[in-house]
Amino acid sequence: MKFKKTPESLVKDPGLDETIKNLTPERIVQVVNRVLTKENSARLQAYLDTCVHCGLCADACHTYVSRDKDPLFAPVSKVRQTLWELVRRKGNVDGEFIRNAARIAFTECGVCRRCSMYCPFGIDMAYLLLIVRRICSLLGVVPVYLQDTTNSHSVTSNQMWVQQDEWIDTLQWQEEEAQAELSTVRIPLEKEGADVMYSVIAPEPKILAQLLGNMAIIFKAAGEDWTMPATDGWDNSNMAMYSGDFEIMGRVERLHWETAARLKVKKIIMGECGHAFRGAVYDGPRWLSWQYPPIPMIHAIEYYYDLISSGRIKIKQKYQEHVTIQDPCNTVRGRGLGDKLRYIVDALCEKFTDVDPKQEHNYCCAAGGGVINCGPPWKRSRMLSNRVKAEQLGKTGADVIITPCHNCHSGIEDIIGFYNLGMHVKFINEILVECMEKPEESEG
Amino acid sequence: MAQSAEVDFSPGKAQLVDLAALKSRFARIDEWVASPDGNSIAAPVKTEEGRFTICVNDQTWPDSFDLLWMLRYTPAGKLMALVQSDFEWTVAVDGKPWENTFEYVWQPRWSRDGEIIAALCKKDNEYGVVIEDKPWENRFKAVRDFALSEDGKRAAVTVQTDSLGEADVPGFFEGVWSLAVDGQLWDKKYINTWSPIFNADGSKVAAQIRTDICEYSISVDGADWTERYGCVWEPIFKGTNGTVIAPIRHGKNWTLAEDGRPIWSGEYNQLWRHSFSPDGSKLAAIVSPEFGRWTIAVDDKPWKRRFKDMVLEPTFSPDSKRVAAPVKSDGRWNIAVDGEVSGQGWDQIWDPVFTPDGAHVLAKAKQDKGFLVVCDGKPVRTNLSLCWDPIVSPDGQHVMLRYVEDEKYVREVVPIEELAR
Ligand code: SF4
Ligand code: SF4
Repeated sequence: MKFKKTPESLVKDPGLDETIKNLTPERIVQVVNRVLTKENSARLQAYLDTCVHCGLCADACHTYVSRDKDPLFAPVSKVRQTLWELVRRKGNVDGEFIRNAARIAFTECGVCRRCSMYCPFGIDMAYLLLIVRRICSLLGVVPVYLQDTTNSHSVTSNQMWVQQDEWIDTLQWQEEEAQAELSTVRIPLEKEGADVMYSVIAPEPKILAQLLGNMAIIFKAAGEDWTMPATDGWDNSNMAMYSGDFEIMGRVERLHWETAARLKVKKIIMGECGHAFRGAVYDGPRWLSWQYPPIPMIHAIEYYYDLISSGRIKIKQKYQEHVTIQDPCNTVRGRGLGDKLRYIVDALCEKFTDVDPKQEHNYCCAAGGGVINCGPPWKRSRMLSNRVKAEQLGKTGADVIITPCHNCHSGIEDIIGFYNLGMHVKFINEILVECMEKPEESEG
Repeated sequence: MAQSAEVDFSPGKAQLVDLAALKSRFARIDEWVASPDGNSIAAPVKTEEGRFTICVNDQTWPDSFDLLWMLRYTPAGKLMALVQSDFEWTVAVDGKPWENTFEYVWQPRWSRDGEIIAALCKKDNEYGVVIEDKPWENRFKAVRDFALSEDGKRAAVTVQTDSLGEADVPGFFEGVWSLAVDGQLWDKKYINTWSPIFNADGSKVAAQIRTDICEYSISVDGADWTERYGCVWEPIFKGTNGTVIAPIRHGKNWTLAEDGRPIWSGEYNQLWRHSFSPDGSKLAAIVSPEFGRWTIAVDDKPWKRRFKDMVLEPTFSPDSKRVAAPVKSDGRWNIAVDGEVSGQGWDQIWDPVFTPDGAHVLAKAKQDKGFLVVCDGKPVRTNLSLCWDPIVSPDGQHVMLRYVEDEKYVREVVPIEELAR
């Protein structure tokens, strides 16, 4: 089978183009056999045997729909071009094949699992494409920016090479910033025995530090007994899960859980991120032999819902802009938090227009699953793969898109720019802090 | 607890500090810490806008600082904090800041006896270690995992040896991580190095290494085990002969290896945090014998009882006969001793504290908003607003409890029979 040349197959990425030069046929066969027979067997075989190639899953996939139903981008076609061939040829493929397989698995599928909802057999295409990623990772063929993120995880446990001192310094600086708004606010570091450890993903200290200050204000208003670690283990994100480096994925997740256990907290509350929820609650624990997270993990959506619905946080004045929502795949399709998200948005915002399709049927942002982490070389392809998202958001007529996930947030910002939507993205955190009653105000 | 020999264990209860009275004196009081002799309690306090100092019992340190955090008592009873003045950070011990100052200083560590204090530091954008106010001469592009020898004289830290450009993946896989011991680099570089550890006399250092995308091993003083594994976890040294033992992953399973050779035949879904009994005769580890089930294995024999949520590092009794560990099932934390659990379970629990003969086990715990002290599974003090680990007298006859109750700091010494009744 020959790969059809598409504009995407001409994209230059040294993580694919250079690394395939080092591959030998023996090495490819060895890695493919290891992954297919030693690491995966029953579930993989069942899926391969069950799929009848009916193509019912095609219309579910944003890349297929956005690219005028080009059959090359249908889920079943992505698997046919990659995993099925690897199985059929028992790994006897060349470097060029691996390059194309990597391009498809890393940049043309966001492992969003929308397609599996439309498959009559519930076949999890994302799982199959993650197996392809695993093979590519062991062969060292991974988009360079995604691999760099995994390398950062391996060294620092966070995804953006944040130094230990930089992390602590940022929290101290954010505490001061937040005090300008609410003088009694703290970010308590290393408080053993607090009820809650708050964990975030590295873009927060690196580029969106005000989200940390906002959260300190929210916790203060809620009367929460909380802490953050002053050691590695604070980042709950995990791009190694998506690059196929499960050993580094496990290492990162272990440190995250052990940090919570060291601080003796009752639970972790995590910031607004979708893939981090998946890594910390499902993929990470399972690789480490936990059936479920060893300490309860509460996503920000669930936490805000509890705060507002219980009255622990009161809304002073509703947000006036016309808003819509991005339902993150991992927390809405994966965890069913769509109703809670809508409850929060209704409570916070004056004018809300829902998306269509919505909730678990929502389209992926096309940034998650590690796709945005593949970096600038693949941005144009990522944009072309999500025209359907631009159309969906545009139809709402909203001015602001609430995106309770870092990948959705950045990915949708890109879509707004590329398709000239003239909209803005916001985290719930930003709107909540703007609209809630703050303790000193209520005392005053 | 190193200093317990000098601590007064005469039975009795004393309310030492009225914390309520201090509330009105300071705009902000951070977390309290109690001294190992039980006589003092200290917290960072804000004296005026932008000024912080330490309040010990009801006295403040003479110096104040722009910022101050990480207040800790060492086992020797030294009170240290990380402090900032004029945008420079340093360590302050018992009120006196060190002379050397840094762009940043963090991760304080101390010798086993608590006499020697060290930390990671950053100066001129380069990273290193400072021990007792003496910074390493050599500094590095980045540092990460940090270990101090038991006597506190030597330090080892994982360091980045060469600069990398943005997303320089080939450069990274050539290996730019190594270990610096007392500021001197090992002559080998790796893709990753993690978790350095000294042997008991501080003459050797072992660490986890990564030599290829999915190839892991252990190195001792830069001499790597010849075997490579699918993954490894933290190594430890064995007693006096200096061999090294680490969890290794073969295929999908984990076991323990000594100097590269498997020493346990059990194949576990997971295995980590292994440690030797004080007499060196027994080796215990956290293991997962079946998926989703956790327990402690002693000398490769897992306890029969399994826990669904989590098991933490095992502690041996001083006489090496018993093993205890914090365990959690169905959301309740407990202490399991030799595989048995007797407590009702709590929201949070701290590490077990044995009496010298191993007959009794105490622990601090928390339920809802209140702290408690548990002895042999029974709560012996409850509804405390703060509490620290119990300290057992060297003769095992008495226990010192340190807690805050009704806004008073209390030091109480109780005969063990009274608690264990
Ligand atoms: S991007 Fe989503 S819908 Fe498309 S193939 Fe991948 S998992 Fe399926
Ligand atoms: S995955 Fe399911 S829906 Fe898609 S082609 Fe196969 S059988 Fe049909």
